Amino acid sequence: MNNLWGDSLSGFWSAWIIIITLGTIAFSWWILVSNRRTDKTPDADGNVETTGHAADGIEEYDNALPKWWFQLFIATIIFSLGYLVLYPGLGNFAGILGWTQEGQWEEEVAQAEERFTPIFAQYQEVPIPELAENEEAMQVAERVYQNNCAVCHGSNAQGGYGFPNLTDDDWLYGGEPENILTSLHNGRNGLMPSWQQLGENNIGNLTQYVLSLSGLEHDAESAEQGEATFASVCAACHGPSGTGNQALGAPNLTNDTWLYLAPGQEVADSVRQTLRNGRNGHMPAQASYIGEERVHLVAAYVYSFRLQD
Amino acid sequence: MKHEIVEKNVGLLAVLILVVISFGGLAEVVPLFFQKQTTEPVEGLEPLSALELAGRDIYRREGCVGCHSQMIRPFRAETERYGHYSVAGESIYDHNFLWGSKRTGPDLARVGGRYSDDWHRAHLYNPRDVVPESIMPSYPWLFENTLDGEDMAAKMSTLRILGVPYTDEQIENAKRDVQGTQEITALIAYLQQLGTVLEGTR
Repeated sequence: MNNLWGDSLSGFWSAWIIIITLGTIAFSWWILVSNRRTDKTPDADGNVETTGHAADGIEEYDNALPKWWFQLFIATIIFSLGYLVLYPGLGNFAGILGWTQEGQWEEEVAQAEERFTPIFAQYQEVPIPELAENEEAMQVAERVYQNNCAVCHGSNAQGGYGFPNLTDDDWLYGGEPENILTSLHNGRNGLMPSWQQLGENNIGNLTQYVLSLSGLEHDAESAEQGEATFASVCAACHGPSGTGNQALGAPNLTNDTWLYLAPGQEVADSVRQTLRNGRNGHMPAQASYIGEERVHLVAAYVYSFRLQD
Repeated sequence: MKHEIVEKNVGLLAVLILVVISFGGLAEVVPLFFQKQTTEPVEGLEPLSALELAGRDIYRREGCVGCHSQMIRPFRAETERYGHYSVAGESIYDHNFLWGSKRTGPDLARVGGRYSDDWHRAHLYNPRDVVPESIMPSYPWLFENTLDGEDMAAKMSTLRILGVPYTDEQIENAKRDVQGTQEITALIAYLQQLGTVLEGTR
């Protein structure tokens, strides 16, 4: 009650709200009571004169308000007054229950924390490889995964065009527990620059050389010409033999994983497209969204895929 | 007073109806115009850039607001999924508000930064490519249309009249900033800034 005239609303507007609200209730009460009875007297049979309105021969009685309706209206007025005493409604008066929207939310959150924090805290103590074998933990983890990760990596974690498959043993940034944790915690930013400036001819040769690395069908002569360009341009990240570099997230080019292979696309077309336009794979950092404990749990979930084979 | 006078004069009836219904607005809406919580931007809030503004208009044009709200209510079930509940100070520069009231799809109030640009491109081109059970329509034409930026300066000047603090420089460069850009790029720029002023949920 102390801050009735200050705080969130200025005193004027607080008073404004109080006066309009209570005035409206008082006015409703007055209308109701002053119209409660008809001023016409019933005749011997209990009938009342009509109001004089007639339409198509239908006339309107001028009866008193039905009792049940009158009482219901009184009840709503009493309810509204009770509500205004208990809950915030009258300007800055907070209501004697002290209820607030934020307060209710904080209470809900606190209750949930109390229930769930011990569970997640207990999981966080367990090293990831061990946690990955805990069936109950993995059931919880799957829910967290489905809610937060499945939109990109798929509900079966097998990824899609541009989104890495988490169930195979090919890792862009490493598949050890600490690598997975870092990826989840801080996110990743892949950067394959565009090599348009090399010209179409060089890009064509490079493409053939990249195809040769994984033993795909290629033009040997063209690949040979591409080899030198690869050594000077691509080897810095993808390694001299094209096996990639997990510290940079540079993919291994010698296996059959093609992150940017669209359904139905030829590998050559995909590689050429990558060389021309570059790629910018982005994994958003998750810690600020799901919190440390869940990051740990999801890391164990991702780790657990290797145990299924 | 006689009912008859009111009932037989439509003009008077209309005026009295307006008086009666205005009481709700006078008590519930008018004081908000004078309350700090609803009139001051949250710390760090910047007006949308020209590209983001162009994206916002694509968002409006395509009717995204019909299926996606931008209003996280203060319930745990919502804040757990979407992040911190929305506050009035985040929407100060929005004209009109795109809070929406229908969630056929998820709330987007804090979708900014949640997914990568590539994901948004794939998803808007054909939602089922990334979320197989999605019923969201595809928007392939966003990848073909480019912006000419003709009306950007006029839009930003108008918003400035409504209280959005655009600088002369921003308005001057608006056309150049967006000209020739694909519509999809503008829309993603808009989506990626949604709700990013209040950071994180934990």
